[in-house]
Amino acid sequence: MLRLRSLSMKGRLGRGYATVAGPHALVLLEHRAGVIDSGSLSALTAAQQLGGQVTGLVVGAPEQVKTAVEKAKKLKGLTSVLHSSSEQYANAIPEVVSPLLEKLLSGGTPYTHVVSAHSSSAKSILPRAAARLDLPAVSDITSLEHDASSNATTFTRPIYAGNAIATVRAPESVRVKIFTVRSTAFKASAADEGAQVEEKAVEPVDVADPPTQHVRTDLTKSDRPDLGSASRVVSGGRALKNAETFKSTLEPLADALGAAIGASRAAVDAGYADNSLQVGQTGKVVAPELYMAIGISGAIQHLAGMKDSKLIVAINKDPEAPIFQVADVGLVADLYEAVPELVQKLKQ
Amino acid sequence: MRPSAVRLLNILVPVKRTVDYAVKIRVNPDQKGVDLNVKHSMNPFDEIAVEEAVRLREKLKDEVKSIKVVTIGPAKAAETLRTALAMGADAGIHVEVQDAGPAPEPLGVAKALRAVIAREKDGVDLVIMGKQAIDDDAGQTGQMLAGLLDWAQATFASKLVVDPKKKEAEVTREIDGGLEELRCRLPLVVTTDLRLNGPRYASLPNIMKAKKKPIEKLTPADLQVDLTPILETVKVAEPPKRVGGGKVENVDQLIAKLKEAGITPVKS
Repeated sequence: MLRLRSLSMKGRLGRGYATVAGPHALVLLEHRAGVIDSGSLSALTAAQQLGGQVTGLVVGAPEQVKTAVEKAKKLKGLTSVLHSSSEQYANAIPEVVSPLLEKLLSGGTPYTHVVSAHSSSAKSILPRAAARLDLPAVSDITSLEHDASSNATTFTRPIYAGNAIATVRAPESVRVKIFTVRSTAFKASAADEGAQVEEKAVEPVDVADPPTQHVRTDLTKSDRPDLGSASRVVSGGRALKNAETFKSTLEPLADALGAAIGASRAAVDAGYADNSLQVGQTGKVVAPELYMAIGISGAIQHLAGMKDSKLIVAINKDPEAPIFQVADVGLVADLYEAVPELVQKLKQ
Repeated sequence: MRPSAVRLLNILVPVKRTVDYAVKIRVNPDQKGVDLNVKHSMNPFDEIAVEEAVRLREKLKDEVKSIKVVTIGPAKAAETLRTALAMGADAGIHVEVQDAGPAPEPLGVAKALRAVIAREKDGVDLVIMGKQAIDDDAGQTGQMLAGLLDWAQATFASKLVVDPKKKEAEVTREIDGGLEELRCRLPLVVTTDLRLNGPRYASLPNIMKAKKKPIEKLTPADLQVDLTPILETVKVAEPPKRVGGGKVENVDQLIAKLKEAGITPVKS
């Protein structure tokens, strides 16, 4: 009888002390020309906040991957780096990359979370892979909290163009929690020259006869800071008349401030600026130290893309423009007088 | 799931009824949602999708066999279908869900759309849908649908050229930093971006005609799909308040304010 009791005691103790493996996040480290995207560095920070192991994943053509992996190995907070090379991966076509993710995340996978930036590439790939794994995904999160005891992860994310913040919980039943991260909400992880992270190659999953072929990519070339990560942004709206005037008015100001250039949807639609400069709900979301809105009225959808900026300055002829409601410094003036004056005085 | 045997296009356009983009959003005091007793409209990106389908027919004429629109939503969502029919779609499918209860999530919607496509006797060759809904801003459903079907996908399309004879499409997409061009085999899921087109307003004669176009009514049970979301929305809160309204009188004062904030010009 004693023996039986001790057996049942052992059983109860055994269950109580069973160790739950901590989170193990897989972070997609996107890269271009051998440099890891700053958005991915923000995703890495978010992954670390889960409190567990973090493995980076670098996918691409062989030459790209080689350089990117060397950089990845020097990132603070990475436990290991996986990489997979194939000419097929050169342009991150979702139909071609998804099978690799599906293989890495299939039943028995060590990964509990998959994290990426909310980049145009990752947000095209991750939901596809999630659905094929019969998993939901959470987009564009601004914060997260993982509860180890319940194995649930809770996120916040903006909805209705950022006019409301939703708190969303992925319960334990979601065996791999897949999410993309709003880069402006997580500081980019730094490099750690001393770090020597272990690397491992993963066989690419060859896709015979993919239905989609990459034809070309046209990136706007610029010497300016990248809009998505710049600490200062000068942004123009519809009032800038045409493409020439947009450039000639804003470039001197951006130069004086060392700023990136952005644009409202109206300005892009009217052809004053390239689509890659659009700031807004469906364009880029930025949160720089300084955001200058020049000739921008301040529609809800534009505000969604910049209202987390530290200092908002607005110059607009219309005193009723909604932008003034969010601007810390508002100047009601004709921008064609105010901006040149501002540039001239800044240069003094 | 079989594309049509003859080289004619069957286009499906999923549309969503959302709070109108111009409405000022108010979070409810119970912090469970936003005030939905406001004007609703077709999700703007879905309007662009319907418009693109209609323009494809204007261009390709008889090569477009059918344009069907589908919505997964409460009873009132039928109005959204009628708007799409008035813009030029041929027929609608309404998968009716209850107004109360948590909204379906992208994975569930994608499964329902897959089931709708499977039921289409003539098959579907092209799905055109908005890249995101302006309420949840999730931006996943198109990719999820393409994944479930194992079809080609092209997201954030700013230009779409379809060749029914070759069963191929060329899509230009808006990506971070610029544009990308893809060549995709049909069947294909395309999600629309802002600059794909400017949607038309339905004319009164077309609105009248639309009243006679058929709308098939289905339930999630008919599709054998459970639309209960897996993710739980625990709370909906107001964003941190931004206090603005600061004014200066002139450029000198503006520069002073910049200096105060530690913003000085760069040395050229």
